[in-house]
Amino acid sequence: MQPILQAIDVHKAYAAHTALNGVSLDIPERSIFGLLGPNGAGKTSLIRIITQITAADSGEIRVRGEKLNPKHIGQIGYLPEERGLYKKMKVGEQLLYLAQLRGLSKADATQRIKGWLDRLELKPWVSKNVEDLSKGMQQKVQFIATVLHEPSIIILDEPFSGFDPINANLIKDEILELRQRGATIIFSTHRMESVEELCDNIALINRSHKVLDGSVRDIKNTFKTQTYEVEGRGRLMVTHPDFEVLEHKERENGHFYDRIKLHAGTTPNDLLRYLIGNVEVHAFREQIPSINDIFIRRVQETMPESLVEEVKN
Amino acid sequence: MDKIWLIIQREYLTRVRKKSFLIMSLLAPLLLAGTTVGIAKLSGSSDVDVVAVRDESGQQVLANLVGNDDVRFVPAAGNSLTEATAAFKKAKPKQHALLYFPPTFSLDNSKGIQLLADGNVSLKRQNNIRKAVNKTVGELKMKRSGLNQTVIENLSANVDMDAVDLSQVGGRKNNVGATTGAAYLLSILVYMFIFIYGVQVMRGVSEEKSSRIMEVMLSSVKPFQLMMGKILGIAAVVFTQFALWIVLSWGLTTVAAPLLADSMKKSPPAAAAAGVQEAANNRESATYDAAKATAPTAPEVAASPLDFLDGLPIGSIIGGFLFFFLGGYLLYSSMFAAIGAAVDDQTDAQQFMFPVTIPLILSYIVSINVIINGDPNGPLAFWLSMIPFTSPIAMVMRLPFGVPMWQLLLSAVLLVGGFIFTTWVASRIYRVGVLMYGKKVNYRELSRWMFYKG
Repeated sequence: MQPILQAIDVHKAYAAHTALNGVSLDIPERSIFGLLGPNGAGKTSLIRIITQITAADSGEIRVRGEKLNPKHIGQIGYLPEERGLYKKMKVGEQLLYLAQLRGLSKADATQRIKGWLDRLELKPWVSKNVEDLSKGMQQKVQFIATVLHEPSIIILDEPFSGFDPINANLIKDEILELRQRGATIIFSTHRMESVEELCDNIALINRSHKVLDGSVRDIKNTFKTQTYEVEGRGRLMVTHPDFEVLEHKERENGHFYDRIKLHAGTTPNDLLRYLIGNVEVHAFREQIPSINDIFIRRVQETMPESLVEEVKN
Repeated sequence: MDKIWLIIQREYLTRVRKKSFLIMSLLAPLLLAGTTVGIAKLSGSSDVDVVAVRDESGQQVLANLVGNDDVRFVPAAGNSLTEATAAFKKAKPKQHALLYFPPTFSLDNSKGIQLLADGNVSLKRQNNIRKAVNKTVGELKMKRSGLNQTVIENLSANVDMDAVDLSQVGGRKNNVGATTGAAYLLSILVYMFIFIYGVQVMRGVSEEKSSRIMEVMLSSVKPFQLMMGKILGIAAVVFTQFALWIVLSWGLTTVAAPLLADSMKKSPPAAAAAGVQEAANNRESATYDAAKATAPTAPEVAASPLDFLDGLPIGSIIGGFLFFFLGGYLLYSSMFAAIGAAVDDQTDAQQFMFPVTIPLILSYIVSINVIINGDPNGPLAFWLSMIPFTSPIAMVMRLPFGVPMWQLLLSAVLLVGGFIFTTWVASRIYRVGVLMYGKKVNYRELSRWMFYKG
């Protein structure tokens, strides 16, 4: 299937530094895509190119195979990291204004605004000035403004920073609902754990380069280390030709916690059979690396130590 | 184009619906009318100075001292200077000064005359009194040298007539008072409005930046659209304000006319001022200076307030004023917009406002000296009214004096070129600046932004 959004060898340099160096991406339709990387990696630069706030020095963005052009503005919804509203404007008027700028007719916009305000319980505030709203409510208004024109691509830059947990969950649910209705979602964040479980596909960006991309499942499979966590009671032999105990913790009453790495050719069932024969097993699970771990490992392979430390922090 | 129109609407409506806009629109004409009427009343009541005279010279000065339109002489009470002074201080109605001729005074030795008063005597009042005394002493001298009364009166009548025409009426047929007044008023309006609304543009941009709405906006519209939408929206606010003022002033003077008519009968100069005020409200192109010009014909002026504008090129004044105001506003406000975009908060804006406001202020000050006090058609006036940074003020100031058509057109073309250029420069700075946070900018940085690509 044709990706809904493609970046092809995108370069962007500012006076002092390079923001994007040959970044290519394919974002499948109706997926949730994570654009991940530390601060300053180039995520926002890429997004600003996609949203046509700036232009790439070279390379191309394609929407459904078509070169990016001003008519795509109405198909993209963008919630920037730096987000705000006109403080002295009424909630309803503000949403109407932003929707009209996105190309919505006044009648359509009015109707949809009503629906969204109902849905997010903002109705009583429709003719209040934005500055009279709590921060959480302002965030809801910002979110509505992002999705009001029913964009097929929704880009959320650091979506959950600044949201309180209740609003964050509310927004998460809305996002999943939007995806259900056919939208493609792009998350951009440096807090990888916050979107890990939501994303179908990710791209890792570091220092203006794409270092990794693909579906989350594939990536995790690739980076699996054949390591299993075992909890149980009894005495576990510390050396064995088929596996290696990486970590061993003794707990009260003969309980233990081990991390065990299988050697090539050994299956988890082999280990389990061995364990059942020797100890009482309480828990057995594969240790799956987090995206954060994968990112750090990936960066370690390609970068000097000092920079890795930086990334970890 | 649709989007820029939406932006213009928002900028316009949010400002016009503010209470402060309504208050300004209502208050300004009231204030203008109030001050003009106030000035008229004040100057009306104090127009004729009453001067007490104590003459100890024995030269019959007091007996021969004749007042004029500005000053009236009355004998001082009491039998000595001290008594006269005491009486002067207590005098009711108030006397404005006490004129003292000492015993040493004679027609040949006219030194030692004193003018006593509470506080300082204004230069104008001193001149009026000196004039009257000069005339009297002159007549006494003529009489002494044997001229008979008839001859003297004939002579002095001639002299008198010349003096009045040149110095007091001030306006001959070509109406210098009204012209100068119009020049002042028009140019200060242009100056004030460019400044006030230019700063509003700057503040608006800076608010968009600091409220972090900018990036949301820029994902929908081009930076240039956002900037021009704001500038044009605010321009529409200015013109609405103008229109309201004119309409309101018209209404106000219609209501106030009967009241003013009353005061006219009591004192002609006040009536003249009222007439001028009415005209000023109608045309926004006169100052009290003009009142003096029309004083002698006050009743006619009051009846038909536009008469005093005779001789002014009204058409080119109104057209020129609107054009040069709009051009100047576009030129300067785009620079103000760039400043608002470049800085993070408004306190940083000061350093960049300086070079923008300097040409504005200078063109006003220099233009007054060159055009109003100098030669409105001289070479310096010409160049001031050609350079786009000074022409909005300088040309508007020249308008009432009459400007050749080719100069108007040339200046207009240059101004259009000027604001296209500044708008281009400003939009380059703007588009980089609006997304630049947490960076202290300086002029080098700004000039770099101009050449950023994308």
